[in-house]
Amino acid sequence: MMKPRLAVHKFTSCDGCQLAILNMGEELLTLADLVDIVHFAEAGPVEPEAQVDIAIVEGSVSTPDELERIKRVRENSNCLITIGACATTGGIQALRNHQDSSQWVSDIYPQAQFIQSLNTSTAIREHVRVDFELWGCPVNSRQVKAMLRSLLFGVSPIDEKSSLCLECKRQQNPCVVVTKQEPCMGPLTRTGCGALCPHFGKACFACYGPSETVNSHSLVKRYQGFGVSKEDMIRRFNHIQNNAAAYKESVINIARNFDE
Amino acid sequence: MDLYYLPRSGFSQLIDVLRNHAETIMVPKAQDGAMVFSELDPGEEIEAGWQEVQDAGRYSLEKTESPRWFKWATGPQALKPIVYPPREALWRVEKQGITFESVPESVPATAIIGVRACDLAALSLLDKHFLGSQFPDTAYKSRRDSLFIVAVDCARSAATCFCVSTGDGPSATQGFDIALSELEDGFVLRSGSARGESLLKGFSRANERQITLSEKQVDQAISMQTRQLPAQDLRSLINKSLESDAWEAIAARCLSCGNCTSVCPTCFCHSESALAELDGSSSTQYREWDSCFTQSHSYIHGIVIRSETATRYRQWFTHKLANWHEQYGRSGCVGCGRCISWCPVGIDITQEVATLNGN
Repeated sequence: MMKPRLAVHKFTSCDGCQLAILNMGEELLTLADLVDIVHFAEAGPVEPEAQVDIAIVEGSVSTPDELERIKRVRENSNCLITIGACATTGGIQALRNHQDSSQWVSDIYPQAQFIQSLNTSTAIREHVRVDFELWGCPVNSRQVKAMLRSLLFGVSPIDEKSSLCLECKRQQNPCVVVTKQEPCMGPLTRTGCGALCPHFGKACFACYGPSETVNSHSLVKRYQGFGVSKEDMIRRFNHIQNNAAAYKESVINIARNFDE
Repeated sequence: MDLYYLPRSGFSQLIDVLRNHAETIMVPKAQDGAMVFSELDPGEEIEAGWQEVQDAGRYSLEKTESPRWFKWATGPQALKPIVYPPREALWRVEKQGITFESVPESVPATAIIGVRACDLAALSLLDKHFLGSQFPDTAYKSRRDSLFIVAVDCARSAATCFCVSTGDGPSATQGFDIALSELEDGFVLRSGSARGESLLKGFSRANERQITLSEKQVDQAISMQTRQLPAQDLRSLINKSLESDAWEAIAARCLSCGNCTSVCPTCFCHSESALAELDGSSSTQYREWDSCFTQSHSYIHGIVIRSETATRYRQWFTHKLANWHEQYGRSGCVGCGRCISWCPVGIDITQEVATLNGN
């Protein structure tokens, strides 16, 4: 039987999510036995136009070239999986969506005519059909392996979307909200990271994006009681996952209702 | 009942006899801002003076000058993670030949010192759930059988405690091997099992003064409790409130985060998932704590039955306070107050009952 063919494509991103594949250690060799890795520039093989069974896409769409390239990736793949915050919501660079970013380009670069950039940074889902999204900034090897194993078994990967609190409690970390009045984003953030920050006594900063239920009104009111300012609160949502719908809506609501 | 006395300076005698029965001894320690049970290293002593301030959504430790080791009332967890770990492997399957095997776990005999009356009430409910059916849970049973429990009567209640109203505290009445009542200078001890009694036999008897002091401080813990649940069975109140507006009002505050169910010493809901090796040659089935506040908890045949927070909170509340009567012969609430303290937004179950009751 022919092995499934796999491609890893990079769009606008820091390359950090691809490390979740590269850092698999010995299991990277296992993966290479299970699939033909036909395109993965960061690891070596370069064949961007190859027909594949599984295309893993890192990064957001932020250039005119990427607008076209993502369509070809979609046409060339049976199954398209996005990994990481950039590919699933537009990434930290989506902060420019609310600004006049062409002005930034001309302010920063001496010869701005060489910069081909869109005014927005957007999720892959906004351009082509996506079969599954792996959230996180960055995603980790555990997530990537579980996703690939599911696909190889022919079943849908599990979407981990319950609140980070559940994982944090499973690790028995005393809650930083309750013990230290830290404005932790855990109750509104999906699990997947292993509750890394709270495990070290730090408030979650929502790098995994919205959990399935986001009641930001209630939590923001609570943190307002801790003395967190409106600007600080907005920044906590306007961060890595700023373009995620539930967080965008939260920012609008905070801007409107915070002082009530 | 025979009551014994052990001066604080002689407590190591009790530790020594416990070491003959238990490989591991767990004691309360202040860690990351909360009292948690952790292994006592040889030569290590229990730290004195810690007490906590609890309120809705609030828990803070403070170190006092007191010589007492058990001045605190509750920590975020007690026995639940010990008998029912947050995540555990149940069984494994090998693809070659399709063979199944259970995942064995070696459980060391464990003595745990500092268990409260509410925790014991919760343990007896977990026993009913995991062991009470025709098919007892073997993993739970082996951990349960390995426990030697040293309980402590509460001399103080936290502001979130309401065990008096649920009938579960503040002094230990069942489910322990040895119970302590801590005085300034030592401990009044009593046994609750034959093996507990055999350990205590060599100790000297408590005198009248020590016994009176220990009784008085239980009265003090009782008088400190300000929260309560109504004394009556709440089934009829809850059943006639299923369509109440109260659920939406709670949902406006509730985050659906599942902290309450995680800290609840009687919540036992779990999910199971398979974790396969990348090469697909084998797979391990895991069980982990889940919550009725997740979508997947009520996902059946393509539909999330309880898609809204209001219905999820109602599910938790009605199960805990009403349906447990049918299932386990009593309410599922033991009055420990953990769901109040550890709710990030401070939702108070006693207040929500009062609201439903028209107060």
